[in-house]
Amino acid sequence: MKILVGVKRVVDYNVQIRAKADGSAVELENVKMAINPFDEVAVEAAVRLKEAGQASEVIAVSIGPDKAQETLRQALAIGADRAILVLHDGTTEPLSVAKTFKALAEQEGAGMVMLGKQAIDDDCNQTGQMLAALMGWPQGTFASGLTVSGEQIEVTREVDGGLETVALNLPAVITADLRLNEPRFASLPSIMKAKKKPLDSIDAASLGVDLTPRLELLGVVEPPARASGSVILANAAELVEKLKTDAVLV
Amino acid sequence: MATLVIAEYDNAGLKPATLHALTAATQLGGEIDLLVMGHGCRAVAEAGTGFAVGKVLLADDAGYEHQLAEPCAALVVSLAGDYSHVLAASTTQGKNLLPRVAALLDVGMVSDVMAIETADTFRRPIYAGNAIATVQSLDPVKVLTVRATAFEAMVPGDGQAELAVLTPVAGPGGSRVVGEELATSERPELTAARVVISGGRGMGSKENFALLEQLADKLTAAVGATRAAVDAGFAANDMQVGQTGKIVAPELYIAVGLSGAIQHLAGMKDSKIIVAINKDAEAPIFDVADYGLVADLFEVLPELKSML
Repeated sequence: MKILVGVKRVVDYNVQIRAKADGSAVELENVKMAINPFDEVAVEAAVRLKEAGQASEVIAVSIGPDKAQETLRQALAIGADRAILVLHDGTTEPLSVAKTFKALAEQEGAGMVMLGKQAIDDDCNQTGQMLAALMGWPQGTFASGLTVSGEQIEVTREVDGGLETVALNLPAVITADLRLNEPRFASLPSIMKAKKKPLDSIDAASLGVDLTPRLELLGVVEPPARASGSVILANAAELVEKLKTDAVLV
Repeated sequence: MATLVIAEYDNAGLKPATLHALTAATQLGGEIDLLVMGHGCRAVAEAGTGFAVGKVLLADDAGYEHQLAEPCAALVVSLAGDYSHVLAASTTQGKNLLPRVAALLDVGMVSDVMAIETADTFRRPIYAGNAIATVQSLDPVKVLTVRATAFEAMVPGDGQAELAVLTPVAGPGGSRVVGEELATSERPELTAARVVISGGRGMGSKENFALLEQLADKLTAAVGATRAAVDAGFAANDMQVGQTGKIVAPELYIAVGLSGAIQHLAGMKDSKIIVAINKDAEAPIFDVADYGLVADLFEVLPELKSML
């Protein structure tokens, strides 16, 4: 079974982002970029399935500018076998990304697609579900546990009330939650090795997918700031008194 | 123009998140229909007829048990022709189902809507809530999940909506639920509680979380946790508050032994009053808290408990 795993190049999660002065978008000039943390978990999960002899090949895929090559190299350093970059400048929306993945999954004959549960830039949490819909495959979202047995995969899902385990017929789409695994640290030898692994760049147009955005971004603002700095109280008694005065406690 | 709201419920009836979603739907203008999918859920649909909605649609069939996305999406898509908007609360269930519906309809989707400006223009948080984007949907059908904490809950009235029973629609199948491990709690639901007390890594152990629970019982509060506390095994995963956990906006949020990482703040910074208890005066949580106590939580928590 071939596993296709999606990775997105996003602003590093430690960066405090700013809206552009004209309010048109988020400032992305000279900002540190990194692999989306959920995607790193997805790559690790796919590589572990290969190491366990349950997958034959792990193919990392990204859609974005030429610089997304760095992100794919990170996935290769974790242990993906090869990578495909679908070159596209400009906005990518979950629906168009899902359509691109569908084209690639069909082309490669993938038996599973692993994605992160959401990207930390647009916070959409849609792509995996959309891809499953387009493929007509079952979906295992917010996965924190995976067990492959033959033509089935059991997925433990993190849901609002606790955990739910679903059995899905393969092929299927899985989206990784943070607790699925702890991605390995890419060692220097594995980073060097990753530089020699195949990375194909293809043009989005060659897949015949329409990437026109369905949403128009009208503007971006920073959220209203809270009154900065707390009133530091001396002790618990003072806190209880304050909360009673503010009528929060009755 | 009409809106289809997808209901979420438990044994007791409609979940609070759905009541918030119904209020969001009223802001779109037009009729609202409520869809209840499941098995043995007729009572929920009947309770739904008490709300100010046009119709309650009931799909009661063994195939919809557990509301799996595969069969439920097929049903929603079969109904979508009659609606301009399909809407659900931004819960794990809503997030699991609606993107599947949107893709089958070949439309984009807007997640986690926090404000409705017009019937096609919405505001939503991006970058862990550090920016708010205004987006306009160009598609004929708008598929939305809404952030429950951003809208009031609809209260049941003496409405007498019509109850319509639907014929099941064949879905793709391929999935079934084989196990459930639901956390049980006597305390209010995290996303609907008036008061939330959350602990972080500073709690030190699972046993120490009992200190928060005792205080929570005094305040009829829900107990939350940071990702660090969940990963350390101090608390269950469904207690996580933050960008990838639950979003809460209670009247009072008490943050205990947590530093205030941006991923956590994304889940609670819309709380009305935030109290921080931390022994590190430099912790970022003090930048958003209204009241702060720079003190050892193991001294403060028992004190608070005895005073309340």
